[in-house]
Amino acid sequence: MATPLAPGGSVSHRAVHAWLLLLPAMVLLAAFTHWPIVSTLFDSFHSTPRGGKPAVWVGLENYQVMAADPVFWQAVRNNLWFAGATIPLSVGLALVMALWVNERIAGRAFLRMAYFTPTVLPMIAVANIWLFFYTPQYGLLEQITGALGLPSHNWLGSPSTALGAVTVVAIWKEAGFFMIFYLAALQGFSPSLREAAAIEGASRWYFFRRVQWPLLMPTTLFVLVNAFINAFRTVDHLFILTRGGPNNASTLLLYHLYEVGFSFWDTAYASAITVVLVVVLVCVALTQFFLLDRRVHYK
Amino acid sequence: MTMRRKRFIQILALQLAAAGGLLGSAAGHAQAPVDVQFYYPVAVGGPIAKTIDGFAEGFMKDNPGVKVTPIYAGTYQETIVKAITAHKSGTPPVTSVLLSTDMFTLIDEDAIVPFDGFIKSAEDKAWLDGFYKAFMMNSQSGGKTWGIPFQRSTVVMYWNKELFKEAGLDPEKAPANWAELQAAATKLTRKDASGKVTQWGVQIPSSGFPYWLFQTLTTPNGAILANEAGTQVRFDDPKVVEALQYWVDLGKAGIHPPGVVEWGTTPKDFFEKKAAIIFTTTGNLTNIKKNAGFDFGVGMIPGKVRKGSPTGGGNFYIFKKASPAQQEAAFKFIQWVTQPERAAQWSIETGYVGVSKAAYDTAALKKYGQDFPAALVARDQLPDSVAEFSTHDNQRVTKALNDGLQAALTGAKTPAQAMKDAQAEADRILRAYK
Repeated sequence: MATPLAPGGSVSHRAVHAWLLLLPAMVLLAAFTHWPIVSTLFDSFHSTPRGGKPAVWVGLENYQVMAADPVFWQAVRNNLWFAGATIPLSVGLALVMALWVNERIAGRAFLRMAYFTPTVLPMIAVANIWLFFYTPQYGLLEQITGALGLPSHNWLGSPSTALGAVTVVAIWKEAGFFMIFYLAALQGFSPSLREAAAIEGASRWYFFRRVQWPLLMPTTLFVLVNAFINAFRTVDHLFILTRGGPNNASTLLLYHLYEVGFSFWDTAYASAITVVLVVVLVCVALTQFFLLDRRVHYK
Repeated sequence: MTMRRKRFIQILALQLAAAGGLLGSAAGHAQAPVDVQFYYPVAVGGPIAKTIDGFAEGFMKDNPGVKVTPIYAGTYQETIVKAITAHKSGTPPVTSVLLSTDMFTLIDEDAIVPFDGFIKSAEDKAWLDGFYKAFMMNSQSGGKTWGIPFQRSTVVMYWNKELFKEAGLDPEKAPANWAELQAAATKLTRKDASGKVTQWGVQIPSSGFPYWLFQTLTTPNGAILANEAGTQVRFDDPKVVEALQYWVDLGKAGIHPPGVVEWGTTPKDFFEKKAAIIFTTTGNLTNIKKNAGFDFGVGMIPGKVRKGSPTGGGNFYIFKKASPAQQEAAFKFIQWVTQPERAAQWSIETGYVGVSKAAYDTAALKKYGQDFPAALVARDQLPDSVAEFSTHDNQRVTKALNDGLQAALTGAKTPAQAMKDAQAEADRILRAYK
């Protein structure tokens, strides 16, 4: 080498190193996240290329089709309902479960494992099991309601209960996953906090409300962001349980998007729905970060 | 330059040389075998993959110049997603088994070639004419043949002979028409002391693809849902509305489960004696034979003004972007695999219907039919069978019909209103194809 380098290398040399280290991640992100978003946006303003006909610029037509598509609006309504139920319930349940298995109780390891099991199982497999839970007449649910003398009900086959039924499966699947985060956070708390509270004579509820809950806020923020994204992402079980039926009663946005894109092969319209979905999710994530961040105490 | 860097460059150079050598040797073979990639889905139980691999090996033994690579591609839906995506990226499989109802979609995507170009000799023509007419209805359009029947099925009726006996019905005589079905189902429905139904008389599933099961009612009522060109549907035909009314009325009469009935649990409902008569695919025959703990019958779909049931299942297609040599090789493979002996073997091992009369004339399938006559019901029903519902922009039009059917079955709309709405939606979608 002609010019010896100063210890640690020159600034430009280090910058090159830094860029080289960042490069693999950047290439992956750009190729599989950023570029698809840009090309989806581009596609959403074009017609669907079919056969020999190439895509042509159609402006906002795909968005007009979306605004006039009753199934899209039904999916939006269903998805809001689904999110409104799954987010608070799965996060709340996760917190209760985490507090419960954080205590010194008999069979704690077993309980923790039991709560976490739904997360580990593949959704398609468990959906097949839930299908039989919900089956009229001899399904598990029917056996319980039957023993209580309640009338038989077709849970997945009635428009009034189909969405509720698939929501329950999603909550059951997610709560255990969020519990792990809460449990990890709780385990990280210093025992002296509890001892101090005990000396001060704080009740359990007071200790939770004024000590544990505020300290759990960073975890809650993380879990909330995840729960929100999952509320728009968890559709695997629909393929097994209802396929969006009866008559779209349980269809969700992503499921509708899949149908439009990969059943109807209307890729341009599917791109328009994707753009809307991405914009909504980004807005929500940003809002959560900026608004909730002020109320979160990081240690 | 340090030693390490030198070493690195040496290794790089070696690797490049090796890669170049490989390319050179590949080009050196003047007669490389023709590579035929073949996608197939698995939609029923049974050793499908093993049988397909066996076929590929057998074919390659007879035709050393061709290398057939079968690729399991998931369900039918996953397979068509993969095949069309590969087609759009320029490298589709040479051939694939896809739903017969995907024909118009594949034509519109300009993804497939008709078989007519490959059929040259009188022998080829005889082979093509050998397939059952009912299966060719979903395989031909505009005077051309786009698909070759392979794993085909149809809807049949299964009934529980024990429950028939208990209800005072002749266990060997299946209901042959709508009136008999209604009467038998009424006798077969049982309630407990509180009035709750413990056993339904008849069950026709309606989740997922209700249009297919609906065709078991529209066909006997003399209605055909779509024209041959796939550009026009007739959902608001009074005969179609009447067929839907019959289905809804079975539920209202309390002899058919209310709401939307799950397709997947229907065989289980039959095993559990929660349904005495069910409509489902012939593809479930092996499953039911294995799991029903009682004597059961398999019969044709009850008629009304005529008999009839829709066919279903998958066809072979040849992709347009493959090279002519590959297409020719794929055609040879398809012809080879649909020969009577192999069609018979396929039918016995999977439960699919033999695709040609010659297949049922083979010794193997004849013997199987003698030992297990239920396997012949599908064949006997074929002369009356019709094409599975299919149009241009197929899945979208089908969804309009499915939504309408489910709306009527759950009581959200009257049958007439549901079919009127479905017709309007289908007309709107099909406007572009007229």
